[in-house]
Amino acid sequence: MQPKPGSVPFDFDQLTVSDVSRFYGRRRALSHVSMALRAGEIVGLLGPNGAGKSTLLSLLATLLVPSAGCVRYGDRTAREAGAALRAQVGFLSHELQLYPELTARENLEFSAGLYGLVDASRRIGNALEQAKLTNRADEPILSFSRGMRQRLALERVLLHTPRLVLLDEPFTGLDESSSRSLTDRLHELRDRCQLVLLATHDLDTVDGVVDRAVMLREGHVMQLDDSGGSLRERYREGLSRGRRI
Amino acid sequence: MGEFFRVAWLVTCKDFRVESRSREMLYTTTFFATSCVLVFSFAFVRGGQPIAGAEAGIVWVALAYSGQLALGRVFERELHHDALRGLLLSPVDRAAIFVGKLLGIVFLMVIVEMVVVFFVSLFFSATLFQYVPEFLALMITGTVGFASVGALFAAMLARTQSRAVLLPVLLYPVTVPVLIAGVSGTVALAQADPNLDLAHFWIALIVVFDVVFLTLSLWTFEPLMTE
Repeated sequence: MQPKPGSVPFDFDQLTVSDVSRFYGRRRALSHVSMALRAGEIVGLLGPNGAGKSTLLSLLATLLVPSAGCVRYGDRTAREAGAALRAQVGFLSHELQLYPELTARENLEFSAGLYGLVDASRRIGNALEQAKLTNRADEPILSFSRGMRQRLALERVLLHTPRLVLLDEPFTGLDESSSRSLTDRLHELRDRCQLVLLATHDLDTVDGVVDRAVMLREGHVMQLDDSGGSLRERYREGLSRGRRI
Repeated sequence: MGEFFRVAWLVTCKDFRVESRSREMLYTTTFFATSCVLVFSFAFVRGGQPIAGAEAGIVWVALAYSGQLALGRVFERELHHDALRGLLLSPVDRAAIFVGKLLGIVFLMVIVEMVVVFFVSLFFSATLFQYVPEFLALMITGTVGFASVGALFAAMLARTQSRAVLLPVLLYPVTVPVLIAGVSGTVALAQADPNLDLAHFWIALIVVFDVVFLTLSLWTFEPLMTE
């Protein structure tokens, strides 16, 4: 990431969520959630539908403000760090945040422009290669399959090399080979000491990819058994007998 | 400041590119505005003679309604595939995003204005271009005022279910001063005995309106976009 003219570069190697709650009107989407992410680890965010996973990701992405509690990026909050923090966040939401009328290359160019990337063409070339879309780079993505768009959206999110990578259901629509590529990509992110949080229902795919998992249910963090077994077994155990932390 | 306008221009260019592929807003607004002029020409032209002052009202009515159509779509488009969140997450001044969207709407409305003015001049034998600088000033300041209020409300309502109903309900009461000033200024310029002083007064009034609402929009856009 190239720092924007006039902005102070900001970096962090830990993210701390302290007693965060988030309300939508009278409905509580998150309740007293506390957790931490460290650089160089991939954390899985698990939970049934409506558990609060997307809300938590939006909060960490600075798109939502906590109703109570505090999120700290290193030693600063989102309000303190402002745009410099947003430059360090990559968020792949379930909706892919792409413009279907634009080509793959134009989507990446627009993103590169927003992030003020100086070496944009090299990064865009690499991103298209990683997404295996080099030969379709100049086609409007309207004609792409869900999996192709998903790969492009992931590369758009990683284009500015964010420190914090938040992925909501990144395996959706991917075929086996693309899933393997994404897994490799996640390992690369870990090796580059990025903080990765991925929300998923695809437990078998991410088993062995995530270093640890956090489980949410009805907005609360649940204890997930660390004593062994597959991620799916631990998840089921957590759902049936888990305790709130 | 350069960075601010670079981002605003980037957003405008992106909107142009998207619009040039879909042509959805351009066709809708132009067709609607032209239909308006055509229908009014049957009502207000009798025996080849238009009713005095009708052309001014028709220009501004056609612009207001076609502008509202464009405003309704401009942020709705960003909601598809949640692109708005992608924009808000980027490390740019959010006011620059607003200015970028506003420029896009203004450019679109200027294209529609050219078509409307052409047809009004044709059907109503209107002499709108007797005083070109004054007429252009009226149209451009009026468009900026209408679009800045409209873009702010469109952004504010982007995430609401009933935005299609609420946008005109909020937009027209606030933009009535611009529309009245626009019509009155155009009448002053196009009448048989043009009144330049009166036209200058209405232009100045619109400029004041523009300054107030542009400032308000830039100031409130960021908090409005934070959920």
